[in-house]
Amino acid sequence: MHNAILAVDFGSTYTKVTAISNEKAEILGTSKAFTTFETDIRDGLNAAVQELEKQTGKLNFSHKLAASSAGGGLKMVAVGLVPALTAKAAQTAACSAGAKVVKTFSYELTKADCAKIRQINPDLVLLSGGTDGGNKDVILHNAKMLAEIDAPFSVIIAGNKAAAEDAQTTLQAGDKHAVICGNVMPAFNTLDAEPAKSAINTLFLEKIIEAKGLTQAAREFSAPIIPTPLAVFECTQLLSQSLGDLLAVDVGGATTDVYSMCAGTPTLPGVALKGLPEPFAKRTVEGDLGLRHSQETLVEKLISDGATGNNLLPVGLEEYRKTCKENYAYVPEKNHPHAAIDALLCGIAVDMAVTRHAGFLESSYTPFGEAFSQTGKDLTGVRYVIGIGGSVIYSENPPEILKNATQKQRGKILKPASPKLLLDKKYIFAAMGLLARMDKKRALSILESEL
Amino acid sequence: MNGKTLVMGVIGADVHAIGIKILSHAFTEAGYNVVNLGVMVSQEEYIEAAIETNANAIVVSSLYGHGEMDCRGLREKCDEAGLKDIPLYVGGNLVVGKRDFAEVEKTFLDMGFNRAYPPGTPPEVGIADINKDLGLA
Ligand code: B12
Repeated sequence: MHNAILAVDFGSTYTKVTAISNEKAEILGTSKAFTTFETDIRDGLNAAVQELEKQTGKLNFSHKLAASSAGGGLKMVAVGLVPALTAKAAQTAACSAGAKVVKTFSYELTKADCAKIRQINPDLVLLSGGTDGGNKDVILHNAKMLAEIDAPFSVIIAGNKAAAEDAQTTLQAGDKHAVICGNVMPAFNTLDAEPAKSAINTLFLEKIIEAKGLTQAAREFSAPIIPTPLAVFECTQLLSQSLGDLLAVDVGGATTDVYSMCAGTPTLPGVALKGLPEPFAKRTVEGDLGLRHSQETLVEKLISDGATGNNLLPVGLEEYRKTCKENYAYVPEKNHPHAAIDALLCGIAVDMAVTRHAGFLESSYTPFGEAFSQTGKDLTGVRYVIGIGGSVIYSENPPEILKNATQKQRGKILKPASPKLLLDKKYIFAAMGLLARMDKKRALSILESEL
Repeated sequence: MNGKTLVMGVIGADVHAIGIKILSHAFTEAGYNVVNLGVMVSQEEYIEAAIETNANAIVVSSLYGHGEMDCRGLREKCDEAGLKDIPLYVGGNLVVGKRDFAEVEKTFLDMGFNRAYPPGTPPEVGIADINKDLGLA
């Protein structure tokens, strides 16, 4: 019997398991089974482990680690004051904690906004607004509006410290669980994501694990369960220590996630930086770019590209959409025409998500000629683009899809210029992120040999 | 600390960086919480910073002679953004060359600025006025 470390990823559809050798920097095997929500989540886990042991022989697990995106992941809404300031800061902080930020709101929440939030039914709301000593009115108004929403979410208050306690009282009066942490923007244009990030992780453990039916399973693991995107985030962060600047893209059923690890400062001379300073390790989540649950935007783009002659409209699109709508877990056979449509949409998702993640240049005409300013990160110098997640890695031609992450011609959008393309072929990023929490060196050498 | 917040910066495509550093330092010494946006600041950036920090006034500096063009519309945008009646101050080398300052001042007051200052005005003059306007002196 081998000694091994078990890394588990509870996904919405599949529970994926990876066995890592205890002696060498080596993966012993991977396997998956359907996630079993209806009964006990451990049933699916046991099935996956049995499958795994068919490849490896009986295993003795010295450590068991787990991440989860089950039940739709950690669904969040971010609320701030000015879109480019505290709203963006809150969104950035929530994304870096591994949340799926479905929507970000700014200024005073309206009744319509609140109806939208009720419909989203988030697990957590991150409420910011105002620098410390700055605006109080809006965060207090928004606390009042959130208190009135009839949904069971918890609220993390990460705004103006002078208003935080009043906001908490208001929320508690509306029967909301509300915790206070440090401001995401304590002073003008300074992002402080850490306090919000750790508050999110605490609530994830206290509330979400239970809400998603993971309490029983959680007891069997050697470390706290973390959100899967956080594990992937930490994996890409680790990998950048060896590969240098990189970008990773994960096209999922509901979202497209982009991770960039680079300073992103201007590569062109004489360009002024604008806006909120960008974190070196950055994650963005596009809630409207998914291959199944949120297909609309992608299909619309496919059709409009078709109309302008960029792409021929695929046959069977209507039938494809119907099939996907009826079954979010639908995976077309390899040579089925639907697989080709998936690949097309996947490419569009990569293109749009990386375009939104990347910084951009703006030119203004001044009395002394053209001047350029950059908002966001300049990714032109990024050396690697890595495809992660099933829809990219199991597609017919992954490089063709990943090419959409790069600049077609040098322009105003600062996407990577000429990166090498890599794939997480064995689907191990989440597992390596988990492993890195206990053994960075081993995780890194496995990644180096697998990529 | 006097509890008042000022947003300041050099407007437009202007890169003269030294004056605003001195201004920011002088106002901080005088007890203000200063949010210094630096150089090349757009109208929107002053407004967004003022909203988020609940600023009591906006101080605009312009050195390169194109102040009139850069400052036009700032008052209207403030009104639009809900910063009703926020005091606006402007100084530096507001126009090209040596125009009669009374005329220049009128132009900027008509644009909605509360006060406009001629070239070389020392920070102390501005501090004294703003203290008065904000009810500190
Ligand atoms: C250094 C300098 C530069 C440097 C700036 C370097 C940098 N990054 O800071 C460089 C070489 C880049 C430069 C470029 C240009 N410059 Co130049 N520059 C100067 C110079 C010599 C000194 C400016 C300075 O730092 N002064 C010291 C500081 C402490 O004083 P200050 O800026 O005036 O600020 C004080 C006061 O005015 C006051 N104040 C300012 N704002 C406000 C606001 C309020 C409310 C109050 C109360 C007070 C106040 O308080 C400040 C602190 O004490 C001046 C001439 C001069 N001697 O002033 C020309 C000068 C400002 N430049 C000028 C010009 C024309 C230019 C250029 C257009 C030249 C060109 N054709 O390329 C470019 C513009 C580039 C751009 N996009 O901005 C002209 C402006 C003419 C005008 N307005 O009529 C000046 C006056 C020279 C001249 N006599 O012609 N410049």
